[in-house]
Amino acid sequence: MPDVDLVIRGGTVVGPDGLARRDVAVGGGVVVGLAESVDAPSGALVLDAGGCLVGPGLVDLHTHLRQPGREEAETIESGARAAALGGYTAVVAMPNTDPPIDAAGVAAEVLALGAGCLAEVAVAGAITAGRAGTALAPFGELAALGVTLFTDDGAGVQDGALMRRALDYAKGLGVTLAQHCEDACLAAGGAMHEGCWSSRLGIPGVPAAAEEAMVARDIALVRLTGARVHFLHLSTAGSVELVRQAKREGLPVTAEAAPHHMLLTHAVVEGYDPVFKVNPPLRTDEDVAAVVAGLVDGTIDAVATDHAPHAPETKDVPFDEAPPGMLGLQTALPIAWEVLSPHLGPERVFALMSAQPAAIARLTATDARPAGHSAQGGPLEEGAAANLCVFDPAATTVVDPARLASRSRNTPYAGRTFAGAVRHTVTRGEAVVIDAAAQR
Amino acid sequence: MTSPHLLSVADLGPAGIAEVLRVAEVFAEVERRSMPKVPTLRGKVVATLFFEESTRTRLSFETAAKRLSADVLSLAVAGSSVKKGESLRDTVETVEAMGIDAVIIRHSSAGAPHQVARWVERAHVVNAGDGWHEHPTQALLDCFTVRQVLAERKGVAPEELGVACFEDLRVLVIGDIRHSRVARSEVLAYTALGAHVTLAAPGSLLPPSLEGWPVEVATDLDDALGDADVVSLLRLQAERGSGSFVPSLREYTAGWGLTARRAGRLAEHAIVTHPGPMVRGVEIASDVADMPRTVVTQQVANGVAVRMAILFLLLGGELPGSSEVRSVA
Repeated sequence: MPDVDLVIRGGTVVGPDGLARRDVAVGGGVVVGLAESVDAPSGALVLDAGGCLVGPGLVDLHTHLRQPGREEAETIESGARAAALGGYTAVVAMPNTDPPIDAAGVAAEVLALGAGCLAEVAVAGAITAGRAGTALAPFGELAALGVTLFTDDGAGVQDGALMRRALDYAKGLGVTLAQHCEDACLAAGGAMHEGCWSSRLGIPGVPAAAEEAMVARDIALVRLTGARVHFLHLSTAGSVELVRQAKREGLPVTAEAAPHHMLLTHAVVEGYDPVFKVNPPLRTDEDVAAVVAGLVDGTIDAVATDHAPHAPETKDVPFDEAPPGMLGLQTALPIAWEVLSPHLGPERVFALMSAQPAAIARLTATDARPAGHSAQGGPLEEGAAANLCVFDPAATTVVDPARLASRSRNTPYAGRTFAGAVRHTVTRGEAVVIDAAAQR
Repeated sequence: MTSPHLLSVADLGPAGIAEVLRVAEVFAEVERRSMPKVPTLRGKVVATLFFEESTRTRLSFETAAKRLSADVLSLAVAGSSVKKGESLRDTVETVEAMGIDAVIIRHSSAGAPHQVARWVERAHVVNAGDGWHEHPTQALLDCFTVRQVLAERKGVAPEELGVACFEDLRVLVIGDIRHSRVARSEVLAYTALGAHVTLAAPGSLLPPSLEGWPVEVATDLDDALGDADVVSLLRLQAERGSGSFVPSLREYTAGWGLTARRAGRLAEHAIVTHPGPMVRGVEIASDVADMPRTVVTQQVANGVAVRMAILFLLLGGELPGSSEVRSVA
């Protein structure tokens, strides 16, 4: 057994058998001891976790790191830093970079740049070459690098026949296709949710049907092909209900929801501030309630940030000209806690943000992970990789855009205070965040 | 006016609209003088920033500013720094740095004037039309014109009517309401003054949601025409793609145009307004456009007085031809 080099003392461990008051001893990147009281050898780092929950490190299925191509907005290093400060020990980098991650060379570069960052960086590949929606990307050569999730995120695969072919091809490779559900014709020109606010503000809208039509189509394609589909950022009550029915039918589908769709509605667009522009758009109170209900009843499997940095000058323009997207990594857990903890215990909240997304991205102990990647998503037990998130429910998170680690500032929560705060993050046994401060 | 800017008719409220109409009467009188110019805004600088084509609105604002003796800067977007990639924010901040007092902005993006109002430090911002959102001065001049016609028929001065003449007035707005900034401002203005507004359009040209709009939707255009005191016609905005929202202009005209036959259903006293430019033969038959009840030219003429009133109320100064000294800014 390796020497203990880190002890997390005084916390409540969110483990496979529920909550328990445990100290956690870490050595050589692995959890080596869980006990009510653990002795720290001299030289070991001791972190106080009094009053805190000690859970498995969070895993984000949906992170835009912008590198290569938009390094002014975010880099792999800065995004991973924001992730660690948000309690994440792994993120899945979305492939809509420039060039997109549609070839082994680009995926290898992103994986190489991610090595040694404060959170582990896995990679999603594009479904279609160049994300152009016309021909399949090379799933096989990407899968050989450990890429298990494929998506054209930013756009849906519009061509139903091509999507069907992609699903048929993916089946044999053991990879999952993730869909950004948006019918491009129905959504054309839209900049916010189509409804009472878009009508009043004169902003072209995106109807809920633009999302639901593609969710329904892809459920039919799952039924046709038997292949697995993961639905990205569900935002409408209708989408949640479609996925609920599909799961009831036993179809192999999973789904995620973003914190902003659990909290904000289209009413915040009233002042025309592009910081509230996001795709899918912020929707109605009923949609927000349905997304939360979907997370509570298990229809939705994961909270995923859709962290989408944009350089300030690109957001400081008229609403319809601004790119969609908002920062999310450093606010996700406090928001999820605030929204979900009245309905779910801590183990369920952590499951939605760690074990379940890790399983969807195939980053768990039993998966064949990318080379050099540790096991993510727990369970937090002896012998597990030491990826940990220490969360203090009694603290508060005050959102100051200037102090976020991201290179961009487009948080929709400026000035807001949330209950709970990430205190420490341990990635592969290294305390990368201590008392909410990045250590390198 | 209580707001430093005019971004939406909602910034005014009923009392603000009444004030604009009252002050506009004073400037309408100025316009009837042989030398229709007053020194009210001497030394003030007004900039028009039109990021979208316009003929009458821009000329109207610039004429209004000049008749108030303000200096007028006119940013021609074509050939300006905007075409070189300068952002709206930098353009506005550059213009403001030249010491201008008011920015009159038209933009194809809804909400652009709201953002400009956040970016400026001291200049007043006037919305001259933003995307599908609002065109407040158009709605104000429509109200002004309607009151003028009602007063003329009663043989009284318009200011004697106050805004009581709008109480229970039945206003019918016909046409491309979905894409119309005029419609949104008119609904706010007329309903604020107590009028009943009915919308009439094919379903594809109505806004996707009318939740919260204090309006009714006509189920039968012919019946609605017979009930209307004021008919506001809107142009089918072909340049915004609204042509594809109906099968053909011919079918639109047949269903929703103010044809000679339909005009025959109007009450004797009904007034027809149109924000211009009119497309004769599409939303309005040429004969109807030339009827006395159609007040399009009066609307254009009144546009200057109403815009003078807005600039005066925002920038302050002394009301001409009266002993009343007011500083509103």
